Parts: sequence; C-alpha cells; structure tokens
Amino acid sequence: MSDAPETRDPRDEIVEHLGAMRAFAISLTRNGSLADDMVQDALVKAWTNMDKFQRGTNMRAWLFTILRNTFYSHYRRRRREVEDVDNVMADSLAQKPDHDGRLQMNDFNAAFDKLNEEQREALILVGAGGFSYEEAAATCGVAVGTVKSRVNRARARLAELMQLNEGEALEATDQVTRGIVASNPSAA
Amino acid sequence: MTQQNSSSRLQSQIDRNLKRAYDDVLNEDVPDRFHELLARLRNSDGSGEPARGAEEPRADE
Repeated sequence: MSDAPETRDPRDEIVEHLGAMRAFAISLTRNGSLADDMVQDALVKAWTNMDKFQRGTNMRAWLFTILRNTFYSHYRRRRREVEDVDNVMADSLAQKPDHDGRLQMNDFNAAFDKLNEEQREALILVGAGGFSYEEAAATCGVAVGTVKSRVNRARARLAELMQLNEGEALEATDQVTRGIVASNPSAA
Repeated sequence: MTQQNSSSRLQSQIDRNLKRAYDDVLNEDVPDRFHELLARLRNSDGSGEPARGAEEPRADE
C-alpha cells in the first residue's frame, strides 16, 4: 500500500494514472492527438471536482469514468470527423521491429476499429486495464452482466474479423493439402 | 478439434494484442504538457481560483 492514503492529497495521485488515462483514451478515440486533448479536459475536470472523489476508493476507475464521460459528451462526434484515424493508429502502434508481430498488430487494430465504443471500452478495461467485471461495470455505469456480454461479443467479433484475414492463408494451405492427398490416394 | 485449437489460438492472440495496444501507450513517456497542466492547476489553487489557470498560459512559457 502507498503511504498514509487518508492524509495524502488525492490530487498528488493523479500523476500516477496519466499513462493509463492516455492508453484508455486512445482505445476510445483511436486517435493520438484527440486522445491527448481529451485527457487534458478530463484532468481539469478531475482536479476541480476532487472534492467529489471518495478517498480510499479506486482513483483510476474514477478518472476513467471522467474520461469516458468526456468522450461521450464531446469527443465521440469529433472522432467521427477525423478522417485519418486508421493512419494515425497504424503509425503510432505499428512501430515494432518484429515483422510478424507488426502484421498481426495491424490486423488487430483494423479489427478493433470495427467494434463499437461500448465493446471497445469493456474489452480494454477487462482485457488490458486489469479491471474486474465489477469495476468495469461501475466505471461504465452499467450492470456486470452487460459488461460480460459486451466483452464476449467484442471477443467473438474480433475473432471473426481476424479470421477473415487468416482465411486467405488457411485456404492456400488447404489447397496444398488437398493436392498432396489427391496425388497420394493411400494417404486419404 | 482443429476448429477448437484455432479458435483458442485466436483468442490468445487477441489477448496479447489487446495488452500490447494498451501497454505500448501506458509505457510511453507522458508528454510534458500533462505535467505542466498539473503544475498550473496546482498554482492556480493557491490563488483560490481553481481551474482558471488551466486555460491561461503562464507568463514564463
């Protein structure tokens, strides 16, 4: 545990969550500069409303709640106005040296972009942010069952979309296999 | 059976990519603008006018 959480000014803790706030903001906006503008707005709101934060509760969840409220009230529309979302995401997230990993990541990002916002936030909170279903539900203001079904649907949809990409490669392999089987009937 | 293997392989690939997309940003250096913003917010608190300073660049910038 951190030192004396009751006596510490909770505003001093905000800085520890900046990285996570940016990561969550990007998963909502899918655009680096929009995400950072949104984090800035959310920080001002959090700072000026710190008296509403209940000490001893999860500050990251509280900050994420402010972030997503900022997103749904101001940035969702702006995101739709941004044309080059895919390019920005490809640039900011694809700079890894390993070739296979990068191709996979591009496929994943393209598929992730196709999810709706509710699915994206549920999946990121639970699948990457380390939130429990209960914490994610409180952050999103919905029932636990709703978060579970959003996560499940998001996973199924991602799998479906990524399978489409893999499909071409698998089909080629199948043809080779069929060719081998056809030329060697005893193997069938 | 093959179907099952390929689907669980896909799910673990999704898990890895999710974490990677999130962690890549999480582990980036936080841009200075955010530390500067927090410093401005803290300074403006002293004057008893919360958030005002957030929109106003300080003289030394």
